[in-house]
This record gives sequence, C-alpha cells and structure tokens, in this order.
Amino acid sequence: MLIYENIRLALFSLKANKMRALLTMLGIIIGISSVIAIMTVGNSLTASVTDSMSSMGANNITVGLQQKSEEEEVTEEGIRFEESGSVKTPDEDDYFTREMLENYCDTYADSITAISASQSVGSGQITDGGLYANISMLGCSVGYYLANDISVSDGRLFSERELDDASKVAIISDKAVNNMFDGNAEDALGSIIQVNAGDKYYNFTVVGIYEYETSSFGFSSSSEKEITTTMYIPLKTAMELTHTTGYQQFTVVTASGIDSDEFAETTESFFNTYYRNNRDFEVSAYSMASMVETLSSMLSTITTAIAVIAGIALIVGGIGVMNIMLVSITERTREIGTRKALGAPNSSIRLQFIVESIVICLVGGIIGIILGIILGIAAASLLGTAATPSLGSIIISITFSMAIGVFFGYYPANKAAKMDPIEALRYE
Amino acid sequence: MGKRAIIELRGIVKRFYIGTPNELTVLNGIDLTVYEGEFVAIVGQSGSGKSTLMNIIGALDRPTEGEYTLDGVNIIEAKDAELSGIRNRKIGFVFQTYNLISKTNAIKNVELPMLYAGISGKRRTARAKELLTLVGMEKRMKHLPEELSGGQKQRVAIARAMSNEPAIILADEPTGALDSGTGRMVMDLFHKLHKEQGKTIVLITHSPELADETERVITIKDGEILGERRGMGRNVNI
Repeated sequence: MLIYENIRLALFSLKANKMRALLTMLGIIIGISSVIAIMTVGNSLTASVTDSMSSMGANNITVGLQQKSEEEEVTEEGIRFEESGSVKTPDEDDYFTREMLENYCDTYADSITAISASQSVGSGQITDGGLYANISMLGCSVGYYLANDISVSDGRLFSERELDDASKVAIISDKAVNNMFDGNAEDALGSIIQVNAGDKYYNFTVVGIYEYETSSFGFSSSSEKEITTTMYIPLKTAMELTHTTGYQQFTVVTASGIDSDEFAETTESFFNTYYRNNRDFEVSAYSMASMVETLSSMLSTITTAIAVIAGIALIVGGIGVMNIMLVSITERTREIGTRKALGAPNSSIRLQFIVESIVICLVGGIIGIILGIILGIAAASLLGTAATPSLGSIIISITFSMAIGVFFGYYPANKAAKMDPIEALRYE
Repeated sequence: MGKRAIIELRGIVKRFYIGTPNELTVLNGIDLTVYEGEFVAIVGQSGSGKSTLMNIIGALDRPTEGEYTLDGVNIIEAKDAELSGIRNRKIGFVFQTYNLISKTNAIKNVELPMLYAGISGKRRTARAKELLTLVGMEKRMKHLPEELSGGQKQRVAIARAMSNEPAIILADEPTGALDSGTGRMVMDLFHKLHKEQGKTIVLITHSPELADETERVITIKDGEILGERRGMGRNVNI
C-alpha cells in the first residue's frame, strides 16, 4: 500500500518537474538505448550470417590442406623453432588425387550424397562480333550443384558423359543470355559460343541456363551490361584447360541423418593416412555447422563486448540520478521534516526516495528501450538485415535500470531518512 | 480537577552543546501537567524556550533530564523507532507555516498521517472528507495547497492534525502567518473543536491576547515556568 502511494507520488513529482526529469533520465536513456541498439544490430547480423551460411549447405564438410605445425625441437637452450614462420603453398604433388576421392567415396558410400569440387579457370568474355558478356569460368563436379543449390531454368545440367569426356559444354547465366542472345533462351541453347580468356579462344556449346541471383553481401556496382557472371563448365574440362590433376580443396555433401561434425573428423583422419609422409601438409576438414557455430559465437562475443562498453554510459547516468536526488532532497527538507512530525518512520522516508529514484530510472529505461529498438531497426535496415530485438536484452535492461535506481538512490534516500526532524522543519 | 493527565512533565531540563564552553541550558526544570480536554496556552517571548518545550512535548526531541509521560506512555524510555509511531497516533501538529505537502491535494494531505498508521485507502478517504467538512473545507477538498489561502491551508492542517484522533493537538503559533481576520477564524475553529469534540489542545504563542482566550495560561521565561493563571475563555457562537 505504501509502495503504491510512493509510486504515485514519484510519478507526480516527475510530472511536476518534466524538464529536470528528462535531463536526469537522459543518461539512462542514452545508456539503455545504445545497449539495446547494439544488441539488436548484433543479433540481426549474427542471424543473417548464420542464415546465409546455412543456406550454402549446413550438411557440407569442407576438406582442405593446411600446413603442418612446426615441429618443436627441445634443445639444451630450451625450445627452438626450426624455420619458424616459413609459409609454404601446396603444389601439384600435395593435392588430393582422383584415386583418393574415389577410395573415399567407396569407403563411405552410405554417408556421402555427393562430392563437390571446383576449379577456377579465370575470367574472360563471351564474344560475338560487337556483342560481349563478362564471365568467370568455373569447372565443377556433379556434387557442386547439390552443395551450392544450383539449378537450371532452361536446358539441362551436364551429362555423365560430358563430365567424363571433358566436353566443351557450358551453363551460362540468364544475364549472359540477355547480352548475347537478346534474352532468347531458345536461340542460346545448343549454340556454340566463343570464349576469350587469358589471350586464348575456346568454343563451348551452351547446354543450360541458370538464373543469376544478386548476392545479399556483394554490391554489384556494374551495370546490367558489364555484370560478370559465372559460366559453369565440367570439372575435367577445367582441369585440362588449367593443366591440373589434383584438387586443392573440395566439399563433401553428407547424406541426411549423418552428424556432419562427427563425419568431418572421420574424413580428416581418412585423408590424413595419405598425408602421413607428406613433410609440409596435412588435411583439415570442417563441417559448415561448426563453422557457423564458431562465427556466430564470435559475433555475439563482439556484440556483448561493445554492449558492455555502452553500459558504462549507464553508470554515468546513474550518477546523474544520484545528483538530482540529492538536490531534490535538499529542496524538500521541510516536506521530509513534516512527514517525520506526522509520524513517518525513517524506513518509509527511505522507501519513498528509493522508489522515486527507481521510477526515474525505470521510466528512462523504458524510453531507452523504445529508442534503442527504433535505432536498432534503423541500423539493421541500413545493413540490409532483418532486425531481431532480443527479449533477453530488454529484460536485462529493465532489471539493470531498476538496480541502478536502487544503488544510486540509496545514499540520498538514506540521507533523507536520517534527517533530524527539528532541523528539517526549521529549514528555509 | 479529577481528570486524567495527558501530559506529565517532571523536572525537564534541556541543555545544548553539552561539555563545550558555550553550553546552554534552554529549559531548566519544567514541571507541567495537562489534563484531558484542557485548552492550555504556553506563552513566552522568543528565546524563552517555548519552542524547545514544544519539541519535547511533540516527541521530536528528548530532554537532557527529567520525566515525560504522554497519554500513559513513557516517552523517555521509548526507542527512536517508537517515537515516530507515538507522534503519528498521539500528537496532532499544527505549524505556523502550515507545512502542507505541496503538489498533493487537501484530501491526500489529511490522509497522510493515516497512511503512515496503515489505515486502508477507503477508510482514509472517508475520514479525510469527514474532517475537511468539519473544518469547513468541504468545497476545496480536491484543491492543491497553492490554490488555497493561508486560512484555508491552516484549516486543512488542523483537519490533518486530527486525522488519527490524537491525544493532544499541538499548535505552534497557528495564527502567526495569518492576518487578524483569518487568525480569528482559526482560533474560533480551535475553540469549536475544544468545546464540541472535547479535544485537548496545547497552544504555543507569544501573544498574551490569544493566550487569554484559553482556559489556562502558562508563562515561560528563561527556561522556567514563571507563572500560571486562568484564561478568560471565549464564548463562540458557531
């Protein structure tokens, strides 16, 4: 009952001194709103990164080569690093061979849906008289379509034979079709295109067309005419063009129901048996899921760190509240004296001012939360991600602002409670 | 008189700055008994010690020496925490400067002592309205103190003083800030409460004329009771 009266009283005195109350709350408002805004932006960034990475294939395992860690040689002077800091690049001899992959596929046939490997040939142009389209050539295996979720809108994917025979066939983007064939897919399919890459000319037969999607991350500054799109060719074709025989990296699409984290370890140890005698390199396999996890936990750590720094503003705000509470108590000395003469115990005077301080902080906190969400949504939309204000951070903010109210309100309230009623009544 | 004693002061001494060279004895052995239903005036020049005496009677301060019993309660032995409860239920203060809580209306002001006494909201409001009607403020119940004249404020303050049915009403120069006309009205209100409700009232004043209206006048000088005489009383027709 006394609490209710005190809250009413506190709201009353806020209303009576609107300007002062606003200025007092400003510190709290700025602190809370920046914490909430940062948390909102951080959350939405994490969500969008995780989302787009998951869409690339949460079941995928990326297998690659990494330099072996330097052997530590313990000498009498202690640990010495031999050839420390030398970075080597894997060459043809270190690459994964076709036999390794075939063995791997045979061993774990039940766990693997497909293997995706790719080989970049480089960028160039499709030309035909005055017409041209910018492309980058990428050789890819069957698994690549699965792993990267690519489908053709017109025509077909490569056939087994084309893949095995290293045929000169290509799947081009609808943008390239627009530039070369005036958007006519019928004309494009089956026609032979001339590709100019690295001072050489190649002829490819178009077998399929896919829809080009603008990436949500990259900004395509070039115009529709100048846009560079990927032209897919069979992997073997690309390897012949670039004179390579092995794979530096590939992606495994695991079958559904397989724990990709666990299978990554299996894969890693499988391939490492081939690399036991390799002096410089070993195999590393990461599941996409574990990469997503690592990345999102990194992002949330950064977000929290920044939010804590913003939280310092809250402490400054709290000091502001304490300051104004002390002023308010001095101003209301006679009121305090009167209340005491009328029989208010010290505890209820203390309660009155603590409640007032909590109410100031809480109102400031709520304004801050609303402002922070608005700011967060605005910032998130600037970044092009969906804003996700977290309920957790709102609850924490409310609790924290109340705690600030109690902490910084206690000293002034206690000072009021301990006033001598005679002195207080006489105060001019 | 044969009536019950409400205030019993025995050998009250109050010293300030004890143990320092400028030690000051403000009250020097006051013996005073006020009986139930009495209207007593304590008169004295400023510096006579009457304010200090009022603080002691009002349980705002403790004497250095002496015994004080208020309505059967030994005030000297009461703990600090108990004194607030005693002030709340046994004493009704009326101040020279009204001391209403600003920003809260007349009803809420009258309710305040009842709030501290833990009386429920409905009963508080009902009693506050009843008291404001008694002091003739029934038309100004929702007004803020700043919207009231001095006389009206003092009437609200008197209603507030009576809200917990205290053993005594302790009025410190209640007409000091008022012009003679409104001062008259306030004094008449005290007479009415005394006659009709049988309230025990202790009036502290420097004005011998006002003191003469009461039943008993106690004069203080230099911290001692100089003398006591019967007042003229006043016949009020209300």
